[in-house]
Amino acid sequence: MARPFSRLTAMGIALLWMTAACGAGQTAEPGAGGDDDGGGDGGDGGEATSLAVGFAAEPANLDFTQTDGAAIPEALLVNVYEGLVKIDQDGEIQPLLAESVEVSDDRTTYDFMLREDVTFTNGEPFTAEDVKFSIERVQSDEWTISLKQAMDVVDSVEVISEDHARVTLGEPSNRWLFQMTTRIGAMFSREGVDDLANEPIGTGPYLLDDWVRGDRLVLERNPDYWGDAPAVQTVTLRYFDDPTALNNALLSGGIDVIGTVQAPEALEQFSDEDTYQIIEGTTNGEVVLSFNNSRAPLDDRLVRQAIKHAIDHEAVLETAWAGRGMLIGSMVPPHDPWYEDLTDVYPYDPDRAQQLLDEAGATDVELAFRIPNLPYAVSAAQVVQSQLEEVGITADIDVLEFPAVWLEEVFTNADYDMSIISHVEPRDMNTFGDPDYYWRYDNEEVQRLLDEADSADEATRDENMRAVARIIAEDAAADWLFLLPNLIAAKTSVDGLPQNRVGEAFDLTTLSVSAASG
Amino acid sequence: MFLASLALASVTVFAFMSVLPGDPARVALGVTADPESVAQLQARFGTDRPLAVQYLDWVSGLPTGDFGRSYVTEATIGPQIVDRLLVTLWLVATASVLALLVAVPAGVVAAVRHRRPSGAFLSGMSQVGIAIPSFLAGMLLIALFAVHWGLLPAGGWTPPAQDPARFVRLLILPALSLGVVQAAVLTRYVRSAILDVLREDYLRTARAKGMGPYRALIRHGLRNAAIPVVTVLGLQLATLLIGAVVVERVFVIPGLGSLLLDGVANRDLLLVQGVVMVLVVAVLLVNYLVDVAYVVIDPRLRRAR
Repeated sequence: MARPFSRLTAMGIALLWMTAACGAGQTAEPGAGGDDDGGGDGGDGGEATSLAVGFAAEPANLDFTQTDGAAIPEALLVNVYEGLVKIDQDGEIQPLLAESVEVSDDRTTYDFMLREDVTFTNGEPFTAEDVKFSIERVQSDEWTISLKQAMDVVDSVEVISEDHARVTLGEPSNRWLFQMTTRIGAMFSREGVDDLANEPIGTGPYLLDDWVRGDRLVLERNPDYWGDAPAVQTVTLRYFDDPTALNNALLSGGIDVIGTVQAPEALEQFSDEDTYQIIEGTTNGEVVLSFNNSRAPLDDRLVRQAIKHAIDHEAVLETAWAGRGMLIGSMVPPHDPWYEDLTDVYPYDPDRAQQLLDEAGATDVELAFRIPNLPYAVSAAQVVQSQLEEVGITADIDVLEFPAVWLEEVFTNADYDMSIISHVEPRDMNTFGDPDYYWRYDNEEVQRLLDEADSADEATRDENMRAVARIIAEDAAADWLFLLPNLIAAKTSVDGLPQNRVGEAFDLTTLSVSAASG
Repeated sequence: MFLASLALASVTVFAFMSVLPGDPARVALGVTADPESVAQLQARFGTDRPLAVQYLDWVSGLPTGDFGRSYVTEATIGPQIVDRLLVTLWLVATASVLALLVAVPAGVVAAVRHRRPSGAFLSGMSQVGIAIPSFLAGMLLIALFAVHWGLLPAGGWTPPAQDPARFVRLLILPALSLGVVQAAVLTRYVRSAILDVLREDYLRTARAKGMGPYRALIRHGLRNAAIPVVTVLGLQLATLLIGAVVVERVFVIPGLGSLLLDGVANRDLLLVQGVVMVLVVAVLLVNYLVDVAYVVIDPRLRRAR
């Protein structure tokens, strides 16, 4: 995406000597980086490399079986916990702890042949018994997060031999194997689930070395890892509630990477290409302008369509996320197999919006626009509000504390007309098939297509999913403001950063630090 | 008195937390929650019980230091608060010492020379200092010392036992940003207290005997000026604790403030209640120490008792 380079030059020059001064400070003073104190004496030897990655939200705890929130799998999945399968950059499912997966012709029986040399970080070997334990645990009351429902389709898990587990599904399900790449597919040790909130035990390339609450997680290379050892010995994940503090940490050398840039408008600070690299790709984060489809006035399709025509999405993206990210027309990010560009279904056309409102006989439309107090939502809401005003729709913005109050009022009680939130779960279009979900969208055709898609063969699945994406777009079940970008800012010495965020994890295993770094 | 205040505080805190909208179980489960798992989690937290039962359960543990278990981390709350309190105390103590070191000389000079440019300048600077919120001071200090000159780290925390040198480097900027504002406020009070004292007869007498202005002030004035200053210092300590909440956020310091804010955001009710109770105790304790200080400073009060 092209960026305007007007004022940047002056800024760039100013920053050039600022960052140069910064860099000088670092070389003069070893360890000034602040990233190596967690991992002992990193940075000296060739092997003992260390890296600090900054994120916004700290995990509330380390137990994703009972606590929702993207931050926990972001840090732990793939890095500490591994599943039988994982998702690659192209959105394809690849074997991980399973050496191979064989699917029966009726697509209900999955035979997983397991790697033999795998151990958990508590020393226990990983066997088919653990596969059975982990999957059945998701189905038990031990797991409380609702993603566990994806495991309902499993009828039984059999231990055929130590390295062979057979999973039988009640009916064919395309979603199931994909869901096994997410947190619900993580493999746990039978002896290692006593204190998941504080002590994760997995088979992954990293193990948890230290957790300073409110500050950092320190991951250390797992010396007994079955696969190729990751290039970086110590990775410190540092957490910053404040976007400016996050940026400052990279500018002052406290971290090497910003895992998810929270203040894209300030990216100009990192425009010096010799020092910093910016990566911009896609995520699963659809920023949705959600409608309450079952409550007047938005139970009227014409009014919903009018709203979609009244919104200039380019302008929303420019204001809310500094133009970074891409426009999407439905609940599908471009790396999903059934993606189709639907941004032209509702072009920006205020006159057409006016017509639709007249047709609906809707005058003086007033909407309870109840949004969470998240930066992107607040700034996007103001643009949406003023654009709607131009076609005569009044949107009363009511900012609610996120997560607590927003979840209660909007998500649980659906006491709203319109809201804005980013939905980050992978392949989450299925929520439009649930009439009780907070969009309160009840469309039998959509429900049927989604049901069929899950049990059909892949080609039919893709066809059905494409159809659903188009129907919910045309029916104006919601409006999609934009897709949050995978926006990473990092020192140029860091290699192997992910272009797209397709799964739930921030994969640390591909990272390395080139010799040029301090 | 002390116990009555605590009991009242515990009821107030509990009442506030229970009318706060938002349910801990819902927050834990996020945007994928279904009613079944919410109910299950509520039962585990014990938030489905009557409020009176929850209150008694909570308050009965307090005297023994049992604050209960956090909903979010599932760990006992007491040790978490102690860990974080130590961090915040370092910050607040350093900031207070810095503030005193600046404010007392500056206030005295501003008072004694209040008709001259140098006194007016100090007085003006303290007005500016009061107007700057500590988080802004923090951001400016980071922009200059960490980002621009790269002299000091932009934020973070290391316990003093682990790496003393790094501990000091990390403490400088946050303590400064918290201390600057305090120094400015205190300077105003020191100045006006000294001005009052300067108008007293006994000081005029001392000057008439031939003592220089500073000597007279130090011999006869400081002790008298100290009473209002100590009062303000006590009050300021309470606001310092609150100010630390914001500064901790700016400098990414895992202190009591960030624990409190995260607790509120996650609706970790027991944790928040625990932190607030600790803060209440701290404030009561400071007030008590201020009373003790009065007696030390002013012998007349000792006789009155």
